[in-house]
Amino acid sequence: MFENLTDRFDGIFGRLRGRGRLNEDDVDEALREIRLALLEADVNLDVVKNLVGRIRERAVGADLSKALNPAQQVVKIVLEELTASLGGQAMSLTYASKPPTVVLMAGLQGAGKTTNSAKLASWFKRQGRSPLLVGADLQRPAAVEQLRTLGSQISVPVFSEPSDPVEVARRSIEEASRTGRDVVIVDTAGRLAIDDELMAEVGRISGAVNPHYTFLVIDAMTGQDAVNTAAAFNETLELDGVILTKLDGDARGGAALSVKEVVGKPIAFASIGEKLDEFETFHPDRLASRILGMGDVETLIEKAEQVFEKEQAEQAASRLLDGTFTLEDFLEQMQQVKKMGPLGNLVGMMPGIPKEARGMEIDERRLARVEGMIRSMTPTERAQPELIDSSRRQRIAAGSGMQPSDVKSLLDQFGQMRKMMKQFAGFGTKKQSPKNRRGNNPKRGKKGGNRTGGGRTTPKGPAEVPKTPLSLPGLDADGLSDFGLR
Amino acid sequence: MLFIAIIAVAALVLVVASFVVLRRSDDTLTVDRIEPSDVVTVDDVAPKVQPVEEREEPRPTFADRLGTARQALGGLLGGVFSGRIEPATWDALEEALIRADVGVTTSLDVIETVRSQASDRDVTDSADLRELVKTELVKRLEGFDRSLHSGSADGPAVWLFVGVNGVGKTTTIGKLARRQRDQGQSVLLAAGDTFRAAAAEQLTMWAERSDVPIVRGGEGADPSSVVFDAVESANARKVDLVLADTAGRLQNKTNLMEELSKVRRVAEKGAGSVTETLLVLDATTGQNGLSQAKVFAEAVDVTGVVLTKLDGSAKGGIVVAIHCELGVPVKLVGLGEGINDLVEFDPTAFVDALMG
Repeated sequence: MFENLTDRFDGIFGRLRGRGRLNEDDVDEALREIRLALLEADVNLDVVKNLVGRIRERAVGADLSKALNPAQQVVKIVLEELTASLGGQAMSLTYASKPPTVVLMAGLQGAGKTTNSAKLASWFKRQGRSPLLVGADLQRPAAVEQLRTLGSQISVPVFSEPSDPVEVARRSIEEASRTGRDVVIVDTAGRLAIDDELMAEVGRISGAVNPHYTFLVIDAMTGQDAVNTAAAFNETLELDGVILTKLDGDARGGAALSVKEVVGKPIAFASIGEKLDEFETFHPDRLASRILGMGDVETLIEKAEQVFEKEQAEQAASRLLDGTFTLEDFLEQMQQVKKMGPLGNLVGMMPGIPKEARGMEIDERRLARVEGMIRSMTPTERAQPELIDSSRRQRIAAGSGMQPSDVKSLLDQFGQMRKMMKQFAGFGTKKQSPKNRRGNNPKRGKKGGNRTGGGRTTPKGPAEVPKTPLSLPGLDADGLSDFGLR
Repeated sequence: MLFIAIIAVAALVLVVASFVVLRRSDDTLTVDRIEPSDVVTVDDVAPKVQPVEEREEPRPTFADRLGTARQALGGLLGGVFSGRIEPATWDALEEALIRADVGVTTSLDVIETVRSQASDRDVTDSADLRELVKTELVKRLEGFDRSLHSGSADGPAVWLFVGVNGVGKTTTIGKLARRQRDQGQSVLLAAGDTFRAAAAEQLTMWAERSDVPIVRGGEGADPSSVVFDAVESANARKVDLVLADTAGRLQNKTNLMEELSKVRRVAEKGAGSVTETLLVLDATTGQNGLSQAKVFAEAVDVTGVVLTKLDGSAKGGIVVAIHCELGVPVKLVGLGEGINDLVEFDPTAFVDALMG
C-alpha cells in the first residue's frame, strides 16, 4: 500500500508547486501518511510520535529547494531522520587486548540466537579470528546439538556440558584460554523479558563471563512489543548492540528502529538468509528506505558493481536504449544478473515495483528455461529474432524441450521490452550528440561480424556508448532523492 | 554507477515478464514424485529411555495463565477508561489497540463501529466504552469452528504444522503429542523439518517425553517423503494421528512455499488425510503476521492458527485481523514452556488480556 510514499506525497503536494514554502496544513497531511507507513512497518507508537514530531519541525516552513519538488523534499527529510535514528554509521567491533573477546547472545525464544551465534562465529572466522561457540542453552531440547551441527559446518569448536548455564559459561572462558581461541560466543536460552527468574539467570551468566559485547537478537518481524523486550534486556544486561534476524523476509523491520530509539544501542549485524554466510554488518541507510517501502537501491548497485564489468555494462545499457539489444546480449546480462543472487531478492530491492511483484520469489528453473530457449537459437537468430518463423520456432522448441508457443511468447516479450526501453530512452534523455559517442569495441565488432546470411550485419556491430552518464526519467538528479541517494 | 543498476533493472524487467508468461505452461510440468528418503528410522521409544522429569501440574486454563502476564504488565488502558468520554479517549483507545499489534486499519475499523454504537446508545461514560470495545472485539473473534478435526476412521489423520522460522512449531507438536495422547488418541510424530540443524533431535526429545513414536529422515532428506513414510508407518500400526513438523520458511520464498504445498499433497497420497493444517504464529509478530497468514493459506489451505508465546508481554493483536480478513481462527494458544502449556483459545480471555 505504501510501496511508494513519494507517489502519495506527489498528490498531496501537487498543488504546492510554484509556492515558496511548505505550510503546516500541507505538512500535516503528509505526516498522517508517514505515521501510517511507520506503524504498518511495526515501528513502535512512541517512536513514531517522536519521529513525526521531529519531521514536522524540519518540514514546516522549510524553504522549497529548486532541485526537488515538495514531495521529494519531505521524503528526503523523512529518510534523513530515519537514517539518523537508526544510527548513521555501521558499528565496528574491537577486540580485547587480553583475549578472549567474549560475546554474549540473548533474546526471546525463536529469535534466532543459535543460528546467529554460528553466523557470527563464521563472520569472526572470516575476520581471521578463531572463535569458540558455547552452548549455554540447556533448556530447549537439542539446542546444544543444533549448535554442534552448525559448528561442524563452519569448522568452529563448540563447548558445552550438561551442568548449569552459568557454570558452562564460566568454564568456557578457561576452555578458550586453554585451547587458544580468541573469541568466545555464548549462546543462551531464549527467555521472556517478563520472566524474572530467567532474566536473573542471564544476568548471572553475564556476570560469570564478563562479556565485551552483549547482543540482543531480535526478529525483524517483531511488532510493538520489541521496545519492552529491548528495554528489559538492556536493564539486565547493558546491551552493546542488536542483531536483526530474518531480514530476508518481507517484514519492513520497523522493530529495529524502535529498539535503536529506545535503548540507544546500534544494530550491529543483520541476518539476511538461511545460509551461514548470509550475515553482514548492518547498513542503517538501507533499512530506512525499506521501512518506508522504497526499495534498496544501494544494495542493488553494490551487488551489481561486484559482478558487472563496467565497460560491458555500459555497452549493454546503451544498446538497450538504442533498441539494438539482442538476445545474445540478454543472455549475457542474464548470466551477470544471476551472479547477483536470487532474482526475487533483486526485484524486491528495486524501487517502484508493484507490491505483487515485490514479495515474489522467482523460480530459477524458469530462468533456466528462458536460457535454454535462447541457447537453442543460432547466433543469427539471437541477433535477429525477427528471422524466427514457425519452422525455426519448432526447432528451437524441440531443442529446449519447450512448446513453440513458449518460444513465441519469449520473443514477443523480448520485442516489447526492446520497444519499451527505446521509448524510455526517447522521452527521458536529451539526444546524445554524435561526437559524444565512442567508436566500436573491436572485439565485439569481430564477433558480430559476417555471421548472418541475410546480407545484414548483426546489430551487435558498432556499440554506441555515450560518454556522459546515462540518465533516465525518474532516475535523474531530482529522482535520486527518492532513493535516499542524495 | 547508476547505469549499471539500470541495465540490471532492464534485464530483470524482461526476465520477470517472461516468467509471468511461462508460469502457465510451467504448472503442467510439475510432477509429484515420491523419492525415498535417505534413511528412514522408526523409533519406538520405550519408556525406559530416560523419562524427562515433568512437573505434573493441572492443565491451566487460558485465563489462569494470562492472569500472571497481565499483572506483570499493568493496565495499558488504566487511565483511559475513567470519567467521561472525550476526544482524547478515542485517540487513547486507538493507541492501545495499535500497541497490541492490532494494526492501524483494523483498529480504526473497530473504533468506527464502537463510536457509532456509543452515539446510538448515548454512552458517555468511558467505563461503559471499555465494555463496548471488548464486546465488539469478541464479536469479531466469535463464530469460528475451533475444534481440531481427526477425520474418519479410515487411515490416520494428519495435522501439518507450518510457519516462519522460530515461531515454535516443533515445541507445539511436542506439547500437542502429550495432549492428544492424554485424550486417548494414538499419536506418531513426523520429523518433516529436515533442514534446520538438530530439528529432528529436538522433536525426538519431545517424542520421548510424551512416549510416542517418531519417524525421521536423514538431514537434507525430502520432507515430503519423510511425511509420506510417517503416514504409511502410522497406517501400518493403526495409529490415529500423525503430527507432521515442517521446516520454518519465510513466506516470501516461493520455492520453499511450493515445497510446502508438495508436502501437503504428498501427505494425502497414501492412506492418510490431512485434517488440520495449522499455522504457528509467534505472538510477538507485528503486521507481518497478516502477510504470513495470507501466503501460507494460499499455499497449504490453513485451517487454524496456533498462537505461541502469549505468556510474554506481546499481545498478539494481529490475530484479530487474521480472523476478520482471512476467516482463519486461532485454535490453540501457547502459554509457556511446560508440556501442559498449550490450551484452547478463548476469545473473551484473549480480549481481556488485549485490553490490559
